[in-house]
Amino acid sequence: MNVKLAHPDIVTRPIGFDAPPLLRVAGLTKRFGGLVAVKDMGFSVAPGEILGLIGPNGSGKSTVMKLIMGIERPNAGQVMVDGTDVAGWPSHRIARHGVGLVFQHSRPLHRQTVGENIKLALLPDSLLKLIADPGVDHRARVIAQRVGLGAVFDRLPATLPFADLRRLELAKAIARDPKIVLVDEPFAGLTSGEVGAFCELIASFRAEGRAVLLVDHNVKSVAALVDRVLAMYLGEFVAEGSAAEVMANPTVRQVYLGAGTIETSARADIEDRPGAPLLDVRDLSVFYGKAQALDHVSIHVKQGEFVSVVGLNGAGKTTLFNAISGLVPFTGSVGFDGQALAGRTPASIARGTGLAGGIVQCPESRELFDSMSVRENLDLGGSRLSAAERRRQLDWLFELFPILQSRASQVAGKMSGGEQQMLAIARALMMRPKLLILDEPTLGLAPVILEQLSHALETLRTTTSITVLLGEQNVTFAIPHADRVYVLEHARIVWEGDPARFAREAGGAYL
Amino acid sequence: MSRLIRSRLFWGALGLVLIALLLPLGVSGYILGVLIPAYYFAVFAMSWDLLFGFAGEVNFGPTFLVGLGAYGAGILDAQTGLPISVCVLFGALLAVVGGLLLALPALRLSGPYFGLITLVAVLLLQQMVTVFAHVSGGEIGLTIPDVLSIDDATNYYFALGFMIVSALVLFGLSRSSAGLILQACGQDPVEAQALGFNVAKHKVAAFCVSALFSGVSGALLVFYYGTASPGTVIDIAVGVQVIIAAVLGGRRTILGAVLGAVFLVAAGEILRPLGQLSTFVVSAFALVVILLVPAGFLGTLLYRRASR
Repeated sequence: MNVKLAHPDIVTRPIGFDAPPLLRVAGLTKRFGGLVAVKDMGFSVAPGEILGLIGPNGSGKSTVMKLIMGIERPNAGQVMVDGTDVAGWPSHRIARHGVGLVFQHSRPLHRQTVGENIKLALLPDSLLKLIADPGVDHRARVIAQRVGLGAVFDRLPATLPFADLRRLELAKAIARDPKIVLVDEPFAGLTSGEVGAFCELIASFRAEGRAVLLVDHNVKSVAALVDRVLAMYLGEFVAEGSAAEVMANPTVRQVYLGAGTIETSARADIEDRPGAPLLDVRDLSVFYGKAQALDHVSIHVKQGEFVSVVGLNGAGKTTLFNAISGLVPFTGSVGFDGQALAGRTPASIARGTGLAGGIVQCPESRELFDSMSVRENLDLGGSRLSAAERRRQLDWLFELFPILQSRASQVAGKMSGGEQQMLAIARALMMRPKLLILDEPTLGLAPVILEQLSHALETLRTTTSITVLLGEQNVTFAIPHADRVYVLEHARIVWEGDPARFAREAGGAYL
Repeated sequence: MSRLIRSRLFWGALGLVLIALLLPLGVSGYILGVLIPAYYFAVFAMSWDLLFGFAGEVNFGPTFLVGLGAYGAGILDAQTGLPISVCVLFGALLAVVGGLLLALPALRLSGPYFGLITLVAVLLLQQMVTVFAHVSGGEIGLTIPDVLSIDDATNYYFALGFMIVSALVLFGLSRSSAGLILQACGQDPVEAQALGFNVAKHKVAAFCVSALFSGVSGALLVFYYGTASPGTVIDIAVGVQVIIAAVLGGRRTILGAVLGAVFLVAAGEILRPLGQLSTFVVSAFALVVILLVPAGFLGTLLYRRASR
């Protein structure tokens, strides 16, 4: 994100407001089955204050937002909106009580114009209201002007650029005149120029005395705008304070960057070996609808190399891997083993050609077959191997991840996150990939599990000739194994080099 | 531009209505006899489009609602001999109750699960008709003592009038403020709720309105035919025809359903010499249209340029 970092000496507002908070959350807890997504969260937002709620993917920040809006029901806790506890109310009543949510993904009514979409938000919740009040049209136009949609009021949403669709979401939230505005990833998919305009719009909420909660992956993107930041991880409170304070907080740094000092062990000779790279990605761009997720990304990986792509959540790592695996359409070229991958199906890319393995991705979401046992998941991965080969591969993997052997007959969905991650990696390895892509394997895992995973990766690197492309937010995890590092930021590759140099140069500016 | 579209639609519809009004002057009773059930059929399809296109609920059993209206009215007439208007009202009421019964699972389940329930509802109704054959006439059908009229032109104008009134109400509703909210509830219920709309309330209302028009139309069809049989008003195949008519005409257009219904019924009649093959040809054509122009007849005419 190209938002300038707030310096401690120009913090926008003093912390601690005199007015009673408009939103006060206390003891908020949400469980999904055995998983505690949000644990005893508490915070408050005063009128005219902007609070940033940050945390990496899976930290529970979005769940907190959904609990406040009533999209999910909390298991325990209070959500006080202007003095009334709305916890457990249906969403539409909470909305009527003065809470508005600006959704990250816009899904406007496509056969209605921009104006009609805004008018929708101005309508009362009535079955018998067949004709809108005469004032509605005027109010819709005023709101459209305010968010910068005045000129496209009569156009259909499909003809608008991405930023205008986000403006439309803002307009709908404004139309409800909420006391509390929740904004989900306010700047996702916007260019740096557009970010400025959106900052001004959101700042205008503050000027009007609304309480604003911004939910985002990292401090950096919201630092310029927020009065206060609250960081959470694994469903729990981590730190609170000004943007600069939270960024300097050791626990936050540990969550984002990993713990301890970074040791590197790059094998510099691999990249310099002669011959074409195994994976050669050139000028890869990906659009989701109108949002650009990757902007002319070029990377390459040599046979036997271990390459890490580091970047914060939302930078585009998963999109890059999905493009390589043939899961999302792209422009540019992806070459693998001397052949272009364009036009191949994801299954054929994963299988590879002939006897040689292909590109197997172990996705961020793991994508295990939850109701199958560990052994069944692994057997599916090795379904193309002969019985003897499969047995050998299994034995090797059980050596690499001993825990999987003891859990062989257990249902995958019932295992802990760390065990699931190991199973996902093992299943990918059962396919004997020529290139293994690991997407964010540390996501939401406890430190002790990270150590086990790290150990397994080290064994993999030193005892086999496997080629690995690792995507990570946690640099402490990503750097030690890497032979080479790319930094992906806001859809672009912004840095490339060896890990030792990364520790010196890029690490500081990373968060 | 939106005003231009609207006027194009208005003039087109007006032209078609005029042609329909003048038709009895120039064509044979045979053609009127084909068009009358087609008009009732069109109301089934329009009611279905309100649920599918606007409330976002895929009801695979439109004939559950139609059948309740038809058999409710037919059985009451056969048993008590009450006036036709009372019987139609009773059938409509029964259909609305059926609509509420369908709305309950629709609010809890989504996608294929709800679709399955609507299919089972049709099978249950069909079973009921067979089991209680002494009142319902069973598989053979129920003979109804009263008919609307024995004159073709009267029946034709009645069916046309009913269809036009239904179209005006349903189309007006779909373009009203309440229709806009319903459309939002169907497309993105989470966002609709976050905008303060009670999604359950709007969907239940849509089920009731859809059931009301399906039921009245089913009841009137029975009083036109003078009989009610599972094969004409309940069978899953009839329901599939209703769905095809609505999709063929254009999802989320309401009026497109009329084009789709008249086309389906007319094509089936024209191709009758082909025997069993006629159903195949019509279905294959419908399949091709749905594959190539999923927006349907009217959807393509009105929104093709706008949506791409």
